[in-house]
Amino acid sequence: MIEIRGLVKQYPGAAHPAVDHLTLAVPEGCVCVLIGPSGCGKTTTMRMINRLVEPDAGSISVGGRDVLHVDPVSLRRSIGYVIQQVGLFPHWTIADNVATVPKLLGWDEGRIAARVDELLELVGMEPATFRSRFPRELSGGQKQRVGVARALAADPPVMLMDEPFAALDPISRGRLQDEFLRILRSLRKTIVFVTHDIDEALKLGDRIAILRDGALVQYAAPEAILARPADAFVESFVGTDRALKRLGLIQVEAALEATGPVAPSLSIAAHANLRDALARMLEGGVDSLAVTGANGALLGVLTMSGLRRHTRTRDAADDQ
Amino acid sequence: MLFIEAWQFIVAHPGRFADALTTHVALSAAALGLAIAMAVPVGVLLADNRRATLLAITAANVGRTLPSLAVLALVMPLLGTGFAPALFALTLLALPPILINTCTALRQVDADLVDAARGMGMTRAQVMREVELPVAMPVIFAGIRTASVQVVSGAVLAAYIGGGGLGDFITAGIAMMALPQLLVGAIPATLLAIGADRLFGLLQKVLTPVGMRAT
Repeated sequence: MIEIRGLVKQYPGAAHPAVDHLTLAVPEGCVCVLIGPSGCGKTTTMRMINRLVEPDAGSISVGGRDVLHVDPVSLRRSIGYVIQQVGLFPHWTIADNVATVPKLLGWDEGRIAARVDELLELVGMEPATFRSRFPRELSGGQKQRVGVARALAADPPVMLMDEPFAALDPISRGRLQDEFLRILRSLRKTIVFVTHDIDEALKLGDRIAILRDGALVQYAAPEAILARPADAFVESFVGTDRALKRLGLIQVEAALEATGPVAPSLSIAAHANLRDALARMLEGGVDSLAVTGANGALLGVLTMSGLRRHTRTRDAADDQ
Repeated sequence: MLFIEAWQFIVAHPGRFADALTTHVALSAAALGLAIAMAVPVGVLLADNRRATLLAITAANVGRTLPSLAVLALVMPLLGTGFAPALFALTLLALPPILINTCTALRQVDADLVDAARGMGMTRAQVMREVELPVAMPVIFAGIRTASVQVVSGAVLAAYIGGGGLGDFITAGIAMMALPQLLVGAIPATLLAIGADRLFGLLQKVLTPVGMRAT
């Protein structure tokens, strides 16, 4: 869907290129997270996709279209764009803000109004309550919901998101990440997502591209990055607790065992992750948990040895 | 009583008073209009050039320090006397505050708004028209308000170069030591200046986008 080849960007006066011969392919419907320390070129790379920054060399194609040879204005109207500071227009209502791109595209009013309500619903904001409010009346989390709705307005196949949740408090951030995942799964957008937060990358990314000094160090699924960091830099970047982070990516369901004669006293939901399960075992001082389904029904048990065996099996599989 | 004598003067010379008042208002309004028509577009055109914007602000600040009378005096040898030179001088007087505020207001527009607007596919002109100008409007209007007061009070001095207006009564009053006649010029001129300030203050409020008004 997005193909980046040999991309180079050198800012005037800088000692090193911000992006140095970067090659990266993002398949359709995939969330690709660009991550790395500040100055690694992740934001510059993203901004070259919609040509807010012009590359010095290389090529970018989006949906088979050569980005560098189309009109940048119409290109941008076909790509969703979300930034950390949201950038809602203070003099426009929430409805007008969401309608920005449809208005630029010349949709008729009825179609725009219907689309605005649909999107506000989608991001969990009651249209009747929020439609005619102004940005300054919203909390940070609400603003970014509107920011996401605005980027989705013309139903672009591709979205660029530059640290959209970084300015939020941890609780709103977690909630927005969860809702964002839910929305993504229903819409199947191709997304380039920039962050400096490895936990956010592991949580949201289908694939993670780790950048350093403008070059790609590793590009793989979260599992693979945690299991096989490409080098010492990636290893230190993902942190010493990567075993725990890996557990965080696996659902309890995957390590489910048949119930023994006596059901454990503590329980955990099947869709929770193994990291939370481990925490609950340590907290309760137990070696096994009852696993419950959506309706509270007992599905089986999770044991400490099962959890351990499970992760070890995965290591063995990874090493092949 | 001075005020009664001043009133009697107006009643005795209704034509002269009406002419002076009309000239004063026309001179001020024309100068302000010309200054707006020049300073705002220049500010907009310079918006993308940081260095040129700073240069314009600096030049305007120098212009601002020139006393109104000095501007009128400088114009006279070049353009002679009458309505047109007075208009020219008053326009020069009104330019700096409007130019300074337009440049500053556009510079202060949040860079994230411009980034979001560009990123969503607004053309440069659309970003200016839809986002930057509306957001900068209250500050631009504050500059116009300042200029309006300066022009209305500066227009009193137009009498010195034969521009007419309420200043005629003041200069004549001073020359003949006729205080009532001086007040016939001074009081309406003061009221006009206060009125202009109020009018543009109100306009500034009305033109501030609803979402940006102070609660």
